[in-house]
Amino acid sequence: MVEKTFKVTSADGVHARPATVLVQNAGKYESDINLHYKEKSVNLKSIMGIMSLGIPAGAEIKITAEGDDEQEAVDHLTQTMQNEGLGE
Amino acid sequence: MTQLQGIAASGGIAIAKAYRLEAPDLSYDKTTVDEPAEEITRLHDALEVSKSELEKIKEHTRKSLGDEHAEIFSAHLLVLSDPEMIQPMEDKIRTESVNAEAALDETANMFIDMFKNMDNEYMKERAADIHDVTKRVLAHLLDAEFPDPALIDEQVVIVAEDLTPSDTAQLNKEFVQGFTTDIGGRTSHSAIMARSLEIPAVVGTKEITKQADKGVTVIVDGLSGDVIVDPTDEQIESYKQKRSEFEEKKQEWAKLKDETTVSSDNEHVELAANIGTPDDVSGVLENGGEGIGLYRTEFLYMGKNQLPTEDEQFDAYSSVLKQMEDKPVVVRTLDIGGDKELDYLDLPDEMNPFLGFRAIRLCLERDDIFRTQLRALLRASVHGNLKIMFPMIATLDEFREAKAILTEEKEYLIREGKEVADNIEVGIMVEIPATAVMAKQFAKEVDFFSIGTNDLIQYTMAADRMNERVSYLYQPYNPAILNLVNNVIEAAHAEGKWAGMCGEMAGDEIAIPILLGLGLDEFSMSSSSILPARTQILGLSKAEMSSFKDELLSMNTSEDVVAFVKEKAGLE
Repeated sequence: MVEKTFKVTSADGVHARPATVLVQNAGKYESDINLHYKEKSVNLKSIMGIMSLGIPAGAEIKITAEGDDEQEAVDHLTQTMQNEGLGE
Repeated sequence: MTQLQGIAASGGIAIAKAYRLEAPDLSYDKTTVDEPAEEITRLHDALEVSKSELEKIKEHTRKSLGDEHAEIFSAHLLVLSDPEMIQPMEDKIRTESVNAEAALDETANMFIDMFKNMDNEYMKERAADIHDVTKRVLAHLLDAEFPDPALIDEQVVIVAEDLTPSDTAQLNKEFVQGFTTDIGGRTSHSAIMARSLEIPAVVGTKEITKQADKGVTVIVDGLSGDVIVDPTDEQIESYKQKRSEFEEKKQEWAKLKDETTVSSDNEHVELAANIGTPDDVSGVLENGGEGIGLYRTEFLYMGKNQLPTEDEQFDAYSSVLKQMEDKPVVVRTLDIGGDKELDYLDLPDEMNPFLGFRAIRLCLERDDIFRTQLRALLRASVHGNLKIMFPMIATLDEFREAKAILTEEKEYLIREGKEVADNIEVGIMVEIPATAVMAKQFAKEVDFFSIGTNDLIQYTMAADRMNERVSYLYQPYNPAILNLVNNVIEAAHAEGKWAGMCGEMAGDEIAIPILLGLGLDEFSMSSSSILPARTQILGLSKAEMSSFKDELLSMNTSEDVVAFVKEKAGLE
């Protein structure tokens, strides 16, 4: 399993367009990909799951991936987080 | 055959099959199924059809309104592929043996309730998104059609109770020959959009949705306001004839596209266009517009979940200015409130929205919104000939305050090292009678006036322009209106300023001779009215029209004015 932690820097937290792009990109991988925030964890391929977390600016989140393409998935999503100005 | 009379809202003749734009009946019975596997397949089929429709709508929206507006459909598409949403539906069908309709609806409602109950405005809006997309899937499960203007792929006449601005923005001119509605007037938004898209339209027929079934042939005569349902062959022939005559006339007008607008005694006036989006500019140029007299910025704020950013606005304003090259572009700052609401601003309902918290009144209180728009405008000003206009100004103090904010933002930008044009004219829209009466005082401080007749008439006559029962009071030619208009023009000229008009009246064949005589400098209208107006003005003598001024201003009734002008200006 590969995991990576981020601090959310976007002023609006994780929602709207950036969340859409994140889910679209997660959907490109075979691995099970999850997003963890506080005690909750949701499927990163689910837009409703992500939005239901209501992640605010400044939050600590963790992305985990498990499967054949886990490393590629986490690398790609890390890039997405940065490109979309979501976090670092 | 049935004939209806409505209001001619946009010129031209359309003959095509009716396409009904209305919400389908989505009621269903919850049943038990014997073959859950088949039910799951049925669910997936409906999901797939819905997704391909949404792809089409998204693509169409992207082309007509831009990426920003199309983005919402990306989110909708993801909802329909969401494993956390689809899995529970499948589970429900499998374990409870219910039909797909019930599984879909109940699962979606669970999510909708969850989002609705969150303490977050953004999440509450997502509930509406889920509601929207599941309605489409449910319609497919029920074999009902879920109509959408973006999905039309054959020649049709749209029949609807009313069209929302976003419906109208989605209309594809290639297929939509015309439209006709139950409600609305010549100045309702769908009518204004129809003229800017140059689609023939008749609104306010009261009962077209009761008369025209899907697929029946409908003739829309946007010149006379007649609508014929299921016409005879003879009627179709005669309307085809009328249509080609209209096309020929349009070609005649087109010859004047690159000419300047001068009266027969060689006096120049400016014919400008009213637009709503950067995409409308091509229509302005094709119709020989000498400028833009009214750029309504509301569309940037409508049909979305949040305020447009400064950069987004900058892009739109720059695009319009660049396309118009050095021709004047009058941008009206945000005019929201009244009949134009923004859900995300969460403004309280008002008893009298047209007399309430709207336009500059809202902008001066919510100056965060106002400042963002002004900054975007100031930054865009280097790309063309920008003029800024404040709407709904009632007092000199409002104008002074708005201008002070503009000056302040200009100073900030310059301090930040940004370039701003230094010759931006700042004017006001005259649509409140108090302002028209006080024009002399205003003229000392503003750079220009633009008379907004749609509102000026309704405020002067105290008659809601959306209320059909008092529509007889909507009288553009009432001497009361003419005296106010004259007062504004005289006040402007006394101070060496210019006066324009951006209401529908500016493109009206009876009003044009009067306004020319009163000395109006700029006439701003729907693009499609420019060439007919230019043709008309070429045949009118300004000196002659001016000689009727005193007589016109002292007339008793609107009817007297109309009869007089028709005779003097040679109109039938």
